[in-house]
Amino acid sequence: MTAVETEQTRQEKLKLRATLTALGMLPVLVVLAIGFELLSGRFMTINNLSIVMQQASINIVLAAGMTFVILTGGIDLSVGSILAASAMIAVIISLVPDYGMLGIPAAIAVGLAFGIANGSLIAFLKLPPFIVTLGSLTAVRGVARLLGGDTTVFNPDLPFEFIGNGTLFGVPWLAIIALATVAMSWFILRRTVLGTWIYAVGGNAEAARLTGIKVPLVLLFVYGMSGLLSGLGGVMSAARLYAANGLQLGQAYELDAIAAVILGGTSFVGGVGSIWGTLIGALIIAVLSNGLILVGVSDIWQYIIKGLVIIAAVALDRYRLKGLSRT
Amino acid sequence: MTAPARHQAEAAPLLEMRNINKTFGAIRALSGVSLSVRAGEVHALMGENGAGKSTLMKVLSGAYRADPGGEILIDGQPVQTGNPIKAKASGIAVIYQELSLAPNLTVAQNMFLGAEPSRFGLVDRRANEGKAKPILDRLGVSFSASTPVNQLSLGERQMVEIARALTTNARIIVMDEPTTSLTTRETDRLFEVIASLKAHGIAVIYISHRMEEVYQLTDRVSVLRDSAYVGALDRSELSASRLVSMMVGRDLSSFYKKEHRPPSGERKVVLSVRDMGDGFRVHDCSFDIRAGEVVAMAGLVGAGRTELARLIFGADHRRSGTISVDGRDCDIRNPRDAMAAGIAYLTEDRKGLGLFLDMSISENINIGVIGQDAQAGSFLDFKAARRRADRAVASLAIRTKGTSINVGALSGGNQQKVLLARLLETRPRVVILDEPTRGVDVGAKSEIYRIIDDLAQNGIAILVISSDLPEVVGIADRVLVMREGRIAGEITASAASPITQEAIMVLSTGASEDHG
Repeated sequence: MTAVETEQTRQEKLKLRATLTALGMLPVLVVLAIGFELLSGRFMTINNLSIVMQQASINIVLAAGMTFVILTGGIDLSVGSILAASAMIAVIISLVPDYGMLGIPAAIAVGLAFGIANGSLIAFLKLPPFIVTLGSLTAVRGVARLLGGDTTVFNPDLPFEFIGNGTLFGVPWLAIIALATVAMSWFILRRTVLGTWIYAVGGNAEAARLTGIKVPLVLLFVYGMSGLLSGLGGVMSAARLYAANGLQLGQAYELDAIAAVILGGTSFVGGVGSIWGTLIGALIIAVLSNGLILVGVSDIWQYIIKGLVIIAAVALDRYRLKGLSRT
Repeated sequence: MTAPARHQAEAAPLLEMRNINKTFGAIRALSGVSLSVRAGEVHALMGENGAGKSTLMKVLSGAYRADPGGEILIDGQPVQTGNPIKAKASGIAVIYQELSLAPNLTVAQNMFLGAEPSRFGLVDRRANEGKAKPILDRLGVSFSASTPVNQLSLGERQMVEIARALTTNARIIVMDEPTTSLTTRETDRLFEVIASLKAHGIAVIYISHRMEEVYQLTDRVSVLRDSAYVGALDRSELSASRLVSMMVGRDLSSFYKKEHRPPSGERKVVLSVRDMGDGFRVHDCSFDIRAGEVVAMAGLVGAGRTELARLIFGADHRRSGTISVDGRDCDIRNPRDAMAAGIAYLTEDRKGLGLFLDMSISENINIGVIGQDAQAGSFLDFKAARRRADRAVASLAIRTKGTSINVGALSGGNQQKVLLARLLETRPRVVILDEPTRGVDVGAKSEIYRIIDDLAQNGIAILVISSDLPEVVGIADRVLVMREGRIAGEITASAASPITQEAIMVLSTGASEDHG
């Protein structure tokens, strides 16, 4: 009987661990918010929180795509470059008289196309994701610069500028899009067959193949999704700035997206993680950026502090989970 | 092998564990366990999975601290529990089931990992290999100290583990199921090494589920059941029935269940394989399996049995051959095709190729059929999943508190049943089971035999790949023996001449050909 009981505690421990993983970095987010409020007295205002959400929104969208990819045990380094290329397309098409709104689907389609290209190389040629997307990080950046003749493209009458600056019932459109992306990602991951397959491929790719799961299709999907969401990020970015620049836009965005996913507790080897964690991870990064500015920390120190907080937060998480999982 | 042990039987025990208790929260994992091991003794530790063997060994190795009141004595001197470094220093070494070598490093580097002989902080590779050599010579291995570990077979890697234990002057070596992935030859080699360790006065605590090994090897057997010490048997008192009843606490009157009627010629052929080959490790294999027939596939490890099964299942690319199921030719190019044709395959590598350890029991059972259950082709049907999972848990007697629990929390036997449930949910016509009872405890073994028997009664064609000869003899209607990638022979059970282990061994080793 005791053997069964031991199994039960083990299972309870695993459950507790799952709950804690799900809760994950939420306490860190709360502590940071309270801390910045105490230090600055200006953090917890509706206005500022709305700014934080806007600042977080693009990273949330990119990180959602990154979550799909990392759940399969892969990585997508090209999201920043794809965002830049898509933003260029969005602004260029928006300049077409009467059909300016087509900039949105065009940008998303371009993002999807780059994502599918990444995915095809990884799924069918079985190339390592890190190498493939490192290549497209560079190549797509070049494409983005090419698109505008290496200049900044403007559109002061951007037909979809409301996405970047407007609100719906007082909530910024950027925030709505980001949260809708999270909700959609949750639905795909937790309510569809495809979502289960994504976790299965990340958990054990060979077992997934032997179970009859179409592994290449799953890989194609996650990189396609990451590309598509990068395209959406491009639209959001263009809408915010009324402009796009192939050289500067989206530089190092992939790093923030990866940081958000990892802060959110998603395992780098795949198979374990949740989109809610990613949301919290992205918010932590945004709160840090915003809070440090409010407190008056210099730009240079912001980098250093942000980096250290990310490392410390993940270290704390590992340490806590390790203590728990010990039997 | 027994003489030195007898000689030292009177001596004081080298290791004494007294009244070891270990609780995790409210759960008692060990209750009042005592174990005494003499120098130069091979002492088997047996018991079902979850009986407390691993916990006891983790207390011994210092990974766990025993509850107050218990003590560990080595040569009569108490050893602090819960301190792996102290345990190692007092001569305890544990070789775990999952080998813990760094495959990219050399044999010598692995042997001294963490304790590299160094000069001025620089690792001296020469000295390293120089120190490794006498130990390797003592073990009589055929590889050198500078060989990278990833070029070694599993059996050779095990020798490296033992060599590593010897570098720390271990006096008590614990081996946790060391032969699970070894070939017969490697196992023999291991046994020779164990005999030589004995001769050097080293005590070996040997954890194994395989009765034959225990007979062959050990001087004494201690049995644990339900976290408690049941008793010990001396070599002279050993018998399978006594051991089994000590382990499970009851008699297993019919261990191998065989109630299905062996098929006669008129039953139709379900699986027909012709000229199967990959041009590499499998050549020209042809055989048929009839409805309700249990065919065992025997042979030495490396004979190509798993490779053949994987070809049939479409997991690897075949060079030649045809497969038909129920008389229909099937062009199987991947596992999906095989499953569509009604073929299911249980992998021999449960954790590596079978389970999704981070997913729930229900998800693991349903993963193969969620696509066909899905609403509108893509939305998960949680009700159907729960129904399937509950039914499987009930019909296969999977012991668990619920189906939403992580599958990693189950014991090996129950994990195996989860995998069986997964493949049965696909309603196969042909079931290929690759080493279905490997690493599974006695109780779960007999339940797996019952499941196989049930499947046969339901007219499913079954191919069981097994290296466990008593099992092959116990469950099979017919045995195919593979040798060097070919089917070397076939033995059919009949009332007049039952299948014998000797006949299988002769075919698997080609012994008859060697002698004439």
